[in-house]
Amino acid sequence: MQLFAELFETLEHSGGTRARVAALGAFFRAADLADGAWALALLLGKRKRRLITGRRLRQICLERSGLPEWLFESCHAQVGDSAETIALLLPQLGLPPAPPLELPLATWMETRLPALAALEGEAQAEAVLAIWAALPDGQCFLFNKLLTGGFRVGVAAGLVTRALAQVSGLEEAELAHRLMGGFEPSAAAMEALLAPLEAGAAAPISRPYPFCLASPLEAERLAATDPAGWQVEWKWDGIRAQLIRRSGQTFLWSRGEDLINASFPELEGMAERLPPGTVLDGELTVWPAQAPQPAGFGPLQRRLGRQKPGAALLREWPAAFVAYDLLERGGQDLRPEPLGRRRAALEALVQGLPPAASTPAAGLLRLSPVLPLGGWQELDALRQQARSVGAEGLMLKALDSAYGVGRRRGLWWKHKLEPMELDAVLLYAQAGSGRRANLYTDYTFGLWDGEGRLVTFAKAYSGLDDGEINELDRWIRRHTTERFGPVRAVEPLQVFTLGFEGLQRSSRHRSGLAVRFPRILRWRRDRSAESADSLTSALALLEDPAAQ
Amino acid sequence: MVLPGDGLIQLTTEGLYCPAADAWIDPWRPVSRALITHGHADHARPGCGAYWAVAAGEGVLRQRLGAGISLTGMGYGEERRLGGARVSFHSAGHVLGSAQIRISAGGETWLISGDYKRDADPSCAPFEPVTADVLITEATFGLPIYRWRPGRQVAAEILAWWREAPQRPSLLFAYAFGKAQRLLAELAALGVEEEVLLHGAVQALMAPYRSAGVVLPPTRTLGELHRRESLAGRLVIAPPSAHRSPWMKRFVSPQTAFVSGWMAVRGARRRRGFERGFALSDHADWDGLLRTVADSGARQVYVTHGNSEGLARFLREEQGLAAEPLGRAFEGQRNEQGEVEAAAMAPEGVPVGPSP
Repeated sequence: MQLFAELFETLEHSGGTRARVAALGAFFRAADLADGAWALALLLGKRKRRLITGRRLRQICLERSGLPEWLFESCHAQVGDSAETIALLLPQLGLPPAPPLELPLATWMETRLPALAALEGEAQAEAVLAIWAALPDGQCFLFNKLLTGGFRVGVAAGLVTRALAQVSGLEEAELAHRLMGGFEPSAAAMEALLAPLEAGAAAPISRPYPFCLASPLEAERLAATDPAGWQVEWKWDGIRAQLIRRSGQTFLWSRGEDLINASFPELEGMAERLPPGTVLDGELTVWPAQAPQPAGFGPLQRRLGRQKPGAALLREWPAAFVAYDLLERGGQDLRPEPLGRRRAALEALVQGLPPAASTPAAGLLRLSPVLPLGGWQELDALRQQARSVGAEGLMLKALDSAYGVGRRRGLWWKHKLEPMELDAVLLYAQAGSGRRANLYTDYTFGLWDGEGRLVTFAKAYSGLDDGEINELDRWIRRHTTERFGPVRAVEPLQVFTLGFEGLQRSSRHRSGLAVRFPRILRWRRDRSAESADSLTSALALLEDPAAQ
Repeated sequence: MVLPGDGLIQLTTEGLYCPAADAWIDPWRPVSRALITHGHADHARPGCGAYWAVAAGEGVLRQRLGAGISLTGMGYGEERRLGGARVSFHSAGHVLGSAQIRISAGGETWLISGDYKRDADPSCAPFEPVTADVLITEATFGLPIYRWRPGRQVAAEILAWWREAPQRPSLLFAYAFGKAQRLLAELAALGVEEEVLLHGAVQALMAPYRSAGVVLPPTRTLGELHRRESLAGRLVIAPPSAHRSPWMKRFVSPQTAFVSGWMAVRGARRRRGFERGFALSDHADWDGLLRTVADSGARQVYVTHGNSEGLARFLREEQGLAAEPLGRAFEGQRNEQGEVEAAAMAPEGVPVGPSP
């Protein structure tokens, strides 16, 4: 594991892309296939199994050290991470010196860590303590992280594939494709991943293509181009998905590469009508057949959370796959074709489908309409209509572009609606974790109710710059009125403009409202708490006027 | 918690005050007589009528508070009568000339620790354990996650870090008074004889250390170098405030590191935006704090700075000692993240911008 620990250290230290890719490349060259496979799965965040809970690990640490629990909590608040807190506390455990333990990463992942998880009680505690005593300093933190399933390293997947491309001589796009749809770490999987093209190992039929992603619109760059060169569509407010029909089987993948067939049986049924060798890129939504627009994100979340939806839920909130693009036709990869040709093929495919056997199947597959645009001066007016059709903005895709891998600036733009805004008062703060550990960066905000009380309304974590975070942190420390464990209540004085994407009724929130993607837009030093918004003004923003 | 109003030491708006000696300890406003534990900006402030401090720290104090201040230099362990009290200064091992201040009157002895550490440091006198009835201790790093490794070991890692990058300037950020000189002294002890480049704020503190006989490698400020001289492979020490300042423009793709106790925690390392963090502190770690409380034999402990509430609670609940935090009023002078330690890094009067 030493090699992997060193890689982890290097990735933590070096900021430069070139240095990081070089370190990754050197690691993959030096590591054996099984270790490389495990490292890859960990670097890509594809391995998150929790073998022992952080709570249990903490208990083992506390029992041995005799430190009181509240002191552990103080340490944790400072560090922001259980695994690291425990690693830093190990010298307090008075563990007897032990001969150093060095095992391959694969052995840890496949054998030793699962074996620890299988133990119980005192035997488990003894085994964990023995490992802590024997591991070199830097590895205890890694060991804790791997054991509790919280391992994460700040390296973009693109850099990892670039390093692998350099090691294997394969194209990055080819590697990205081979990595889609799950990577089960083993020496054999690593060998297959890095195998030369001509080796021609058949790809599994379930494998999706890497998603092409859009960048936020840079208006000046767009304005310099000809509007006729762009396909304009709604940016639907669902989740991006890929629907695969190959060899008589259907695979529905989310962008997070989860296979979500089970949650959407009606789409599985619909996919049976697709010709063999079809792959569609689209948006997964909840969209009843007769409804003019999708039902919003709340119902979709309910559907996503249900592995086997019951008949009632299927009836109330039926899903629809809104097709954007055709990536594969008759088993042939269409991605190198320009968008214009792919779109024509998509329309031909959808229109040529055999009619649905029963009426409810209608509307399960929808074609995302192409919107007419006379010129750039019409763009904003078009965007303003997005909310009225249940979309969150516009997508602009270059008609002559191939379907790329990942985010290629300039070919696909997303142009989202301006967020809704409310001015809210800071009520509580909690220390963040990781880079923000020991800084009060997790904020809870309130709005006024009808009786002059502030009611908690939303939490927000992002939107302030480092200088503002530090300043607000100092302010919070000086204006704390009460502490509840890690949370501080502050004097209700600071006002912030919050932006959010949507607002819905919710019985689970004290304000009766649930907000979507809340974030801080501005620190309103010019405003007093009394001038902040009320729940009444929030209600006026409710998406569905009927719900008011 | 506030100190008892009739005690030997009281808490006033100017800071800790001893009525029997008619003197304040590290006051934060101008007073008639100030007993100074050490020269960092949050302990030694300008404008007092008379200063008492350790003679070894005189050079630093005069440089920072003005050459003309009225200063009574004390030897370590030397006891003097001041009003109705007896006062002595004892080495705190924090920086050159740092002291714990012991005050006795009416059969009672108090010890104000100031900032201190228990670890070996070739740039200043080692910590001296002192007994007292009542102890006021700092707790900047008052959590058991903080446990220092020997300074020599950390310096060896820094040396390796420097040597690994012969093509790049190595920019090491460290508090200008104390930490920088400690690092230089450790590097000298590791056999470094070549010249180290300094930011002006660090260079300003070198003379007092050299006259105190601390063995240091040769140093020069960046400004003394020819403009076109390559900085590749050179070690440069600067205060943290110079990080990302225009002063950095002089360096072509430098590697950067910050040397501070806070660097023991990954989150702090990442937040500060330095490539590397080396955990080395001039404050006591958790074990050092507990050991010092035990060594003092004090029946009452007051805790200030950093995790004062936590350390006091631990002493009270786990060790059965009478221990209290010194209270928020006092705490407010310094926040929990040691930002005053950061503020103290550049001595007053020394510009933090481009070095001369």
